[in-house]
Amino acid sequence: MDRFSWSDGILSAEEQLITQQNGVRIYDGTQKTAFDYGKLVLTSHRVVWKDHKDQKCILTLPLSYVVQIEEEGSTLTKSAKSVLHLSPADPRRPSGPSTSSAFSFIRFSFTEGGQKEFHRTISEAVQRKRWEVRPAQTQAVGSNQKQLRTGISGIEKSIQQKHMDTDRNISQAFEDLSKLMDKAKEMVAISRNISTKLREKQGDITEDETLQFKSYLLSLGIDDPVTRDAFGSSNKYFQELAKQISDVMEQPLKTSGGVMTLSDVYCRLNRARGLELLSPDDLVNACRTMDLLQLPVRLHVFESGVMVLQLRSHSNEATVADTERTVEKSGSLTAEELAKIIGSSVVLSKERLLTAEKLGKLCRDESTEGLRFFPNLLLTKAL
Amino acid sequence: MHRRSAGIAAIKNKNLAQARYKDKGSEIASEQLTQLSKQMEAFRTNLEEFASKHREEIRKNPQFRSQFQQMCAAIGVDPLASSKGFWSKMLGVGDFYYELGVQIIEVCMSTSRRNGGLMSLEDLRKKLLISRGRNKQEISNDDILMAIRKLKTLGNGFTAIPIGKTFLIQSVPGELTMDHTTILQQAEEQAFVSERILREKLGWEDERIWRALDYLVSEGLAWIDDQAPDRQYWFPGLFI
Repeated sequence: MDRFSWSDGILSAEEQLITQQNGVRIYDGTQKTAFDYGKLVLTSHRVVWKDHKDQKCILTLPLSYVVQIEEEGSTLTKSAKSVLHLSPADPRRPSGPSTSSAFSFIRFSFTEGGQKEFHRTISEAVQRKRWEVRPAQTQAVGSNQKQLRTGISGIEKSIQQKHMDTDRNISQAFEDLSKLMDKAKEMVAISRNISTKLREKQGDITEDETLQFKSYLLSLGIDDPVTRDAFGSSNKYFQELAKQISDVMEQPLKTSGGVMTLSDVYCRLNRARGLELLSPDDLVNACRTMDLLQLPVRLHVFESGVMVLQLRSHSNEATVADTERTVEKSGSLTAEELAKIIGSSVVLSKERLLTAEKLGKLCRDESTEGLRFFPNLLLTKAL
Repeated sequence: MHRRSAGIAAIKNKNLAQARYKDKGSEIASEQLTQLSKQMEAFRTNLEEFASKHREEIRKNPQFRSQFQQMCAAIGVDPLASSKGFWSKMLGVGDFYYELGVQIIEVCMSTSRRNGGLMSLEDLRKKLLISRGRNKQEISNDDILMAIRKLKTLGNGFTAIPIGKTFLIQSVPGELTMDHTTILQQAEEQAFVSERILREKLGWEDERIWRALDYLVSEGLAWIDDQAPDRQYWFPGLFI
């Protein structure tokens, strides 16, 4: 414990941030210390420990002390630990929490996980010995130092400064992100609670409140049975969206055979929007309301799961008859061949053939050469 | 000394207690909703603050994005579910992934005739980088996988099939069984397999091998090459 020094925790120019982990406790050898709960930061040069409760309590341990690293696996009651065997304390070191220690090793206990990652990264860092590189150079340069700073080493330093700033920004961003996620987690828990109550009819809330609740779930992106009937009449957003989509897609559908896959629709809509793009979920949910709203465009889902938008006026019977005729004319067709003839996609052509087959108009021939469809002579030719 | 109450009085009391509990239940639900409303407002502010500080980070840093996604998944939240959601609106994650989705669809549609709708993740990434141009921000494999996960909803069969250390991206509907994906994993090394290789490496009987290979050929995922002494089955999705 006496190898540690007090620090302000600020990284030097050559130092690089490697990793960090919350929830770490320091042991002096086998004994607990006052340093019970903090954030462990590993840099290329040292290990820094920041107390969670007292922002000003920061300890630092140069990696040059580390002679050997061991691991203690976690058990049912104990967290995983990293054991660092240290060389004797340097009398010239800055002051720290202890002037002497009975032990020549310390242990870090990872109460919130991260021990394996730490072990890996500190082993690498100790091997690399980044702290030994620079001092040799600066000694040699000596009096010329001031001039060189504006030259190459000056540029190098500013790049390193940028890296350090970026790393600092990232670590700050991660910290902020964690805090944000903690808050979101709370809200998810409350939402699930409310949702359970709604489903078990243990809590009556008004319809307005239900709408409000559903919109919260949508905003947070929580998948919940309560939102899943969102394409009922209670959801204005999807209905508005459905009308928009129908307006935009009616003409393109007319010019491309009356049917289009949803992925095609997704691309067209979003390419047209440029900004504030639609999510796939939004598109599907909106399309599901189209039938209800009696719009000129509607969603159709094939057995295979393929989803298309088609004109309400699009008649399935007419398509099947058309497909049958086309196949008859060529004798037999595969999906690829049909696609070329009618100028549609292979996926859609395949669906056409499958639908016609289902209605008994076509027969299939499966071989390694592919799936080929023939007119169903068993129906048409009199025996 | 404490005897359980018995008799009709006890039943009446119990009912009363239950009724009171039910009321308390509904009161709590409504209270909770109010609490949730307050928290949502506060959260919106926090998110705005976070966005103003770190929006660039999300835009530029794939690792940060990946970390963000993981954290959302861990708490049960899908930031990409709706373009109207907090996350996609304020952090701009939505537009990034939805646009990537469009580009993925376009790349896959333009190559599916050649590879039957199957291509490696690396290949997809290379083609995306070309179509996105130099000025666009960096995308990682994680980004692509996340976008594909969302595209699945469209029903066009977008899936990421894990093979070895990487993934194969399927962009057409069609069920690939475990046997099919096992053969694809075998094929990953050299982009082809033969019946002999499968027999040796997997120990399957002939029937099983033929059935799986036949399907892959008929779906256009594998091409037959009879120029070698042993018939070879090549997978364009793995070598183009």
